[in-house]
Amino acid sequence: MSSSTNDVNVSYLDYKGKHSGLLGWILSVDHKRIGILYLISMMVFFTVGVTFGFLMRLELIAPGRTIVDPQTYNSFFTLHGIIMIFLFIIPGLPAVFGNFFLPIMIGAADVAFPRLNLLSWWLFIIGGLLAIISVFLPGGAPDTGWTFYIPYSVRTTTNVIPALIAAFILGFSSILTGLNFVVTVHRLRAPGMTFFKMPLFIWSLYSTAWIQVLATPIIGITLLLVVAERTLSVGIFDPALGGDPVLFQHLFWIYSHPAVYIMILPAMGVVSEIIPVFSQRTIFGYKFIAFSSLAIAFLGSLVWAHHMFTAGMSGVAMIVFSVLTFLVSIPSAIKVFNWVSTLYKGSILTDPPLLFALGFIFLFSIGGFTGLIQGALSVNLHIHDTSFIVAHFHYVMFGGTGFGIFAAMHYWWPKMFGRMYNKVVAKTGFWVLFVGFNLLYFPMFVMGWLGMPRRYYDYLPEFQIYHMLSTVGSWILITGLLIMFINLFNALKNGKKVTEENIWNGETLEWSTPTPPFLFNFKEAPTVESGPYEYKRNEVSETEVKEEKV
Amino acid sequence: MSTTSSAPGVETHIHRDDEGSRLGMWLFLFTELLLFGGMFLVYAVYKFTHAEEFHLAAKELNTLFGALNTIILLTSSLTMVLAIVAIKRGQKYLSLFFQLMTLAMALGFLVNKYFEWMAKISHGIYPGSEQLLEKSNGEILFFGLYYVMTGLHGLHIVIGMAVIAYMTWFTWKDKINQDQYVRLESAGLYWHLVDIIWIFLFPLFYLIS
Amino acid sequence: MSEHNTNDHKNHDHGYGHYILIWFALLILTGLTVAVAGIDFGNLTIITALAIASLKSFLVLKVFMHLEVEKRVFTVFVYTSLFFLTVSLILLFSDYSFLQG
Repeated sequence: MSSSTNDVNVSYLDYKGKHSGLLGWILSVDHKRIGILYLISMMVFFTVGVTFGFLMRLELIAPGRTIVDPQTYNSFFTLHGIIMIFLFIIPGLPAVFGNFFLPIMIGAADVAFPRLNLLSWWLFIIGGLLAIISVFLPGGAPDTGWTFYIPYSVRTTTNVIPALIAAFILGFSSILTGLNFVVTVHRLRAPGMTFFKMPLFIWSLYSTAWIQVLATPIIGITLLLVVAERTLSVGIFDPALGGDPVLFQHLFWIYSHPAVYIMILPAMGVVSEIIPVFSQRTIFGYKFIAFSSLAIAFLGSLVWAHHMFTAGMSGVAMIVFSVLTFLVSIPSAIKVFNWVSTLYKGSILTDPPLLFALGFIFLFSIGGFTGLIQGALSVNLHIHDTSFIVAHFHYVMFGGTGFGIFAAMHYWWPKMFGRMYNKVVAKTGFWVLFVGFNLLYFPMFVMGWLGMPRRYYDYLPEFQIYHMLSTVGSWILITGLLIMFINLFNALKNGKKVTEENIWNGETLEWSTPTPPFLFNFKEAPTVESGPYEYKRNEVSETEVKEEKV
Repeated sequence: MSTTSSAPGVETHIHRDDEGSRLGMWLFLFTELLLFGGMFLVYAVYKFTHAEEFHLAAKELNTLFGALNTIILLTSSLTMVLAIVAIKRGQKYLSLFFQLMTLAMALGFLVNKYFEWMAKISHGIYPGSEQLLEKSNGEILFFGLYYVMTGLHGLHIVIGMAVIAYMTWFTWKDKINQDQYVRLESAGLYWHLVDIIWIFLFPLFYLIS
Repeated sequence: MSEHNTNDHKNHDHGYGHYILIWFALLILTGLTVAVAGIDFGNLTIITALAIASLKSFLVLKVFMHLEVEKRVFTVFVYTSLFFLTVSLILLFSDYSFLQG
């Protein structure tokens, strides 16, 4: 923090407002500082989540007891799930990079409701801490899995209530972010920034925000009903009081399946930003990608019951939900095809952000295709609740969203902090991560297919080879994570200073702000005249540009 | 993307955008709508699977209490919207009067609700009570939903009262005035939503016997 | 970021009378729904009750909540959220209405 001044034309990192020091951060209503706050807190929770995952894998390296007892193992996977989903993947892109870049990319000075934005971070922290505290309270760590299925969640004596309330508060935080983004996109676009000139990352955030606003309250009330059931013995879902546990599953998944798209859509947006920049070409099929985000948000809200094919639903419902599940793959495939077409004949620069984006496409495709396999009813009955499912959603959520987050970090890090990381180390980190990832999760497909159930503490000896490979993979993966994060955080101190506005030759608005951005983002309020990916200087061929004229 | 400067720089951090504020308020209302929507889904399923028992259980509820509360809430919605008309015309004291009327009726609603609940509880019908547990599954579910849904609705009434009281204070202090009344409008929107939820709760619980 | 004149949105203000009229209609509908509830239409009873409730909500949304004077986007938003809830209800009943039988 070199210069201390109240001048607004100063980097957001150096600006001194009413408060200074730590207070200047945790009470700041600047969207960029809030984004950084989210980044730091999310990294802390991610570390905790990875630790639980690591311990789980270590326990599973051999059959029988290895390091912990079964009850502890149950809390490990419960907390691994709750933390990774509610505290890492859901806020990962919207709250960190969305907060930081959404206003900048549409040419605004901040989000529509800056104070609400800060409140949502505070709720996030309170909810996160509550989730972690629930481990240590007397009663024991929650052991229901992150799904809180009835009737076990009203029977177990562990600390389910703090975990439920934590999830409720985190949901509220997520709602506030979504609400803020919808209003910001509608009200604060710079002059000339029409909807179809918005960068695709914004389209994906906008679609995500709608799911956050509409779907989250359903899980909010469902979790509250479970709390009421536990504390006041109100009869709602508990079969002992006449309730229907399957109805709980319906309500849980009405949110939690769309939540999967809250997680993946912004990552798709990041990839849509990175691909055109690192192939120096106009994105192929801008409108298709934009509308496919909305289509995914819409269709994604209609497929929830494919999590319940073995729960005893009616045959009609099974067929309906299976068909809808197949449909949702169409807009996802449209995106993949468009990204690949953009790369075709581009002048590709294999910088770290592109590597991570390509990693996303590769791993997400595996995750997506195996998702289709599960969407088929007959196959689903065979592999339901096996580690095939675990492999599938880790390929989508970690290989997809996780790699999307890492791609975003490498893409925007220099802009956010004005420092460049070591590119060679970053690439090494990527490859270690990539190898470790596949070694960790691919064996799960195989053993799941052979009948290894998920969430089991113990297993038959014939599965040991797969578990062993998987555990070794987790070590390689963690090594990759360490290389990547140490490289990134080391850059903050020792990295080469970046002052250039546009280091990647991007065409979106964040590359025309100072590096790091000023307090109100722009030196002068921008006016927009052309679309976000119009590489006029580096045209590959004229026909493609013509196609893309908006 | 080419950018040129046209506007004379970014001067203000927080600028006034009433329409944006109302849009934000509406989005918040949707979350409230879906919060209750989730419970309406539960209600719909159990009404479908336990039709006869719901029918039977609803006979325990007093339609008169429900109808009276409906009228109270509708009228309070009217006074709320009239308070906005008044403030737009600069009639501060008339607006204050309407806001206080709204608060009084909200209180009336709660008192009414209190007596209704107390009557039920004194008859031994409350969650976990022995008398309730002896009844059929459908009746247990009906009363479970009855307490949770009207209870949560009552909580919204209390929150709404706090918000309106705050607005009354602002109006008194002229922080809400003829030119700046978006906060009063937002409070009004919230209050009308609470009214709408009651419009549905009333027939679903009181009129199905 | 310039001061646009979007803050004064109501160019055609409604007076007290307009709202009182709607309130009167709401009371009549309430009376109607109570009166009709006494008659046994079988399955139609709850449908009638819900239809009247929807009509009442429509009036509150349109008039009291000012959708009649707000920009179109507000109405579109309302329908979006109602649509989401309706679709969830329909899909939920694709399970419950065909269960075993």
